[in-house]
Amino acid sequence: MEARHCTEDPTAAYRALIADEPLPGRDELYAGETLSARRPQPRHCGGSVTDDQTTARLAVLGAGVMGVGIATLALGHGLGVLLVDVDAAKLDRAPIDVATQLRLAQLMGARSGEEPIGELATSTSVHDAAAATVVIEAITEVAELKSKVLVELSDVVRPGTPLVSNTSSIPIDELAESLARPGELVGTHFMNPPYLIETVEVIRGARTSEATMAAVTSLLAALDRKAVVVRDAPGFVTSRILHPMINDAVRVVQAGTATADAVDTLMQGCLGHRTGPLRTADLIGLDNLVDSLRVLHERTGDEGCLPCELLLAKVRRGHLGRKSGRGFYRYEEALP
Amino acid sequence: MTLSTDRTPESTGAIEQNLLRYLESRTRAPWEPDRDLFTTGGLSSLFAMELVVHLEKSFDVVIMGTDLRLDNFRTVRAMTALVRRLQAPRAGGSGGA
Repeated sequence: MEARHCTEDPTAAYRALIADEPLPGRDELYAGETLSARRPQPRHCGGSVTDDQTTARLAVLGAGVMGVGIATLALGHGLGVLLVDVDAAKLDRAPIDVATQLRLAQLMGARSGEEPIGELATSTSVHDAAAATVVIEAITEVAELKSKVLVELSDVVRPGTPLVSNTSSIPIDELAESLARPGELVGTHFMNPPYLIETVEVIRGARTSEATMAAVTSLLAALDRKAVVVRDAPGFVTSRILHPMINDAVRVVQAGTATADAVDTLMQGCLGHRTGPLRTADLIGLDNLVDSLRVLHERTGDEGCLPCELLLAKVRRGHLGRKSGRGFYRYEEALP
Repeated sequence: MTLSTDRTPESTGAIEQNLLRYLESRTRAPWEPDRDLFTTGGLSSLFAMELVVHLEKSFDVVIMGTDLRLDNFRTVRAMTALVRRLQAPRAGGSGGA
């Protein structure tokens, strides 16, 4: 992958879209934050700092694996990010997690290490997202919680601000139901890790407006992601196919037919699966997978989507996959 | 952190042994110093980041800038060379900057 050049700045369309006014209240956001002491100066192509105040206009709700990963992707492309979570401890860890993930992106050749890095700000209040020009919601995969947060966000942001719900399974039109302006909601399904996987599933809800589609498409182009737009349905495309398959892989292990390693080795070696279903499950997070399978089961009636007992047992024991250090495999270093 | 800054650098053999043991414990398979972890070894490239962390913790080095590229982590030998190179400045034992 090549370093990006100022003269062919793919963020231009996105910057044009959002370049109207600086983020007010930025200093207030930083007040009392540990970040303020070593707050990095934003670096820009061409060295001009004063005429470009478009950073820190993207707000990401939820500082879990996906929220932080999406924040890393945006920061690594020079966009400023306000990361919001009710859990201050998660926010405290975020700068270190982002730094580690930026190193990983460099190691994988997804970054040269020379690109400008956006500013990271954090807050425990949704109200601080008021000045954001695009909001990405990446909280827990539970429809009721997502709806509640999206309604709060919709009340906070200026009308016309695209609300992007990052979800692996929940139908977007269902989340749009409680919004006063449902046209502003669109879905994305970033894969984990978002800063390494270049293709993003984009879900256009029945009521999603053209303007919202244009905004999310521009944002993803600015992030060098390839967007594939699909229609709304439980699980959309990738989860509808992958999640029941993973559930079946767990059933095979549960039945004692083969070990997790044997299942993955066969799926990789014989069928060309890149990581194997159970390593993929560990990467997704087994708790997230259970949530997602329940969403699919409730909405499709497909019994194959009912999370199997071994999967539920692992979640009960706190074996959540890579993020907890143990799932179907053990991980000595839990990656952020 | 209480890591000593004037720690004695490990020998090439000791670093190689450490890395071979680590790989064997993580993959439950024997390894050779020249085997490519990713192309012939079949390891996920994500695993390389675990190796970065392991090298930094085990040998008290910081891997950054142009050193942070996959080719430096392809084989046990390549990683050993990287560690030796990064440890080299303190081999003189001056302890100063």
